[in-house]
Amino acid sequence: MRMSKTCIAILVAALCPAYMFGGTISGKVTYTGTPMKMKPIDMSKEPTCAKQHATPVMTEGVVTGPNNTLANVVVYVSAGADDANAPAQAVTFTQKGCQYGPHVLAMHAGQELDVLNEDQTSHNIHPLAKVNREWNKSQPPGTPPIKDHWDQPEFIEVKCNIHPWMHGWFAVLKTNHYAVTGDNGTFTLPNLPPGKYTITAWHESGQKQTQDVTITGNETKTLDFSLALKPY
Amino acid sequence: MKNFKRVHFFSAILSFILATGFTLAKAQEAPDVGPHPATPRPPMESHIGNLTGHSDASPAAYDYRRYCAGCHGELGDGNGENAVWLDPKPRDFTMAIFKCRSTLTGTLPTDEDLFNTIGRGVINSNMPIWNVFTKQQRADLVAYIKTFSPRWQKEKAGDPIKIPAEPPVTIESISHGKALFTKLECWKCHGPEGKGDGPSAATLTDSKDNPIRPYNFAAGKDDSRFKCGSTNADVYKIFMTGVDGTPMPSFADVVQPNDAWDLVHFLRVLQTHRHSKENDVLNAAGGKIPPYVEKQAEAPAGQLENRGAGGGN
Repeated sequence: MRMSKTCIAILVAALCPAYMFGGTISGKVTYTGTPMKMKPIDMSKEPTCAKQHATPVMTEGVVTGPNNTLANVVVYVSAGADDANAPAQAVTFTQKGCQYGPHVLAMHAGQELDVLNEDQTSHNIHPLAKVNREWNKSQPPGTPPIKDHWDQPEFIEVKCNIHPWMHGWFAVLKTNHYAVTGDNGTFTLPNLPPGKYTITAWHESGQKQTQDVTITGNETKTLDFSLALKPY
Repeated sequence: MKNFKRVHFFSAILSFILATGFTLAKAQEAPDVGPHPATPRPPMESHIGNLTGHSDASPAAYDYRRYCAGCHGELGDGNGENAVWLDPKPRDFTMAIFKCRSTLTGTLPTDEDLFNTIGRGVINSNMPIWNVFTKQQRADLVAYIKTFSPRWQKEKAGDPIKIPAEPPVTIESISHGKALFTKLECWKCHGPEGKGDGPSAATLTDSKDNPIRPYNFAAGKDDSRFKCGSTNADVYKIFMTGVDGTPMPSFADVVQPNDAWDLVHFLRVLQTHRHSKENDVLNAAGGKIPPYVEKQAEAPAGQLENRGAGGGN
């Protein structure tokens, strides 16, 4: 049966849930104040990693971009959205060149986490969870990914004891509406149904900022964040 | 007449003093053991073999206050008044993370693990061998410790790991253990001779950011000086469950249980000052560990399986 275009349009509109055409919040995270200076990492004790970097890499406690933008900020909906289920897809955390990638990995509570070791040296994965369970596992090169998940929302610092310069973060959230800023400090949170939201921007320095925003339809709202950084 | 009155007067005072004394003495039997936290902790039980301990058994709170709180703190957070002088720091029971377990990393220990730790003490630390307690007192204290963290109410203890029977100590087993020690990079922290002087040793910190040193196998004389017990099975458990709260990870995912015994045998010969079966076997073999040769599978003539290089499976 051939349906008229009008019929198809009505069918599509009726079947597609409203939030597929939801609003978007986007913006930029910048900082004020003087951030901590990053230092070059001495990897000489681990030659297999040192040789992967032409110039020494810098520590990543505060990563900034031009015009005072701030990277590695987790921007997420902290209130206003229904707690969704964890996606079936796993998130990946890798160790390469004796660095964690990404430096800050955001995921939903309950979502599977796969940890890979792409280096020729052993690492130990030591997430220093305080709300969730802390564990510590060795991962030699060439072994399968370590699979685990976190039950509770928490910002978990991750370290490798063998390579003390390695630091990363797991941002375990109870929402799927999150983004992690890159060097240009920008983020986008799409597909938000109409409602009143609280958006939080979190940075590992301990600085965070919260703002409220309302979405009425399919509009894009701009929301910028500014975090005050200290040199220590 | 006056004397009589005086006697009456003094005997009345004496009776009063004695009566008060008795009352106070009776009160001593059940002292108030504050502090009283805002949220009362629900009572917990412990089960060790046939023994059942109760956190609200009358001596438990008193024993904790008298023997434990000085280091572990009245709130069980490791901040007793002695704690500032101690290294390693007393355990923080509110985190429910314990070093000496028979359960996998990240899981709670069994009641028996805690029971054994209290009785064994923790060598190289200020935790004494608590032989003043009866078994019942110890069981009650295990239950009392479990009241300090809500994790005990929300989670079950992990299952104890299965430890296969120990194979015989042979030079091949020791040689395989050495190959594993190298391949698993234990030497990065423990050093090639297990002296705690590996390249990463100097920067190690525990989960509370206190500096911590890796175990030095070559230290000590005839005592084995392991924190979590001195038998081979105890050594097995250390690296198959990880020492939670410290840099020592679990190798349970990367070492086969039978290979783990080979590693235990090698670790024993790193304890150069300790007389052991392993050191006897090593001496009988001339004092040198031969290189590990991976066993090839039995194959029909002309077909040899290509097993690949390296030690271990």
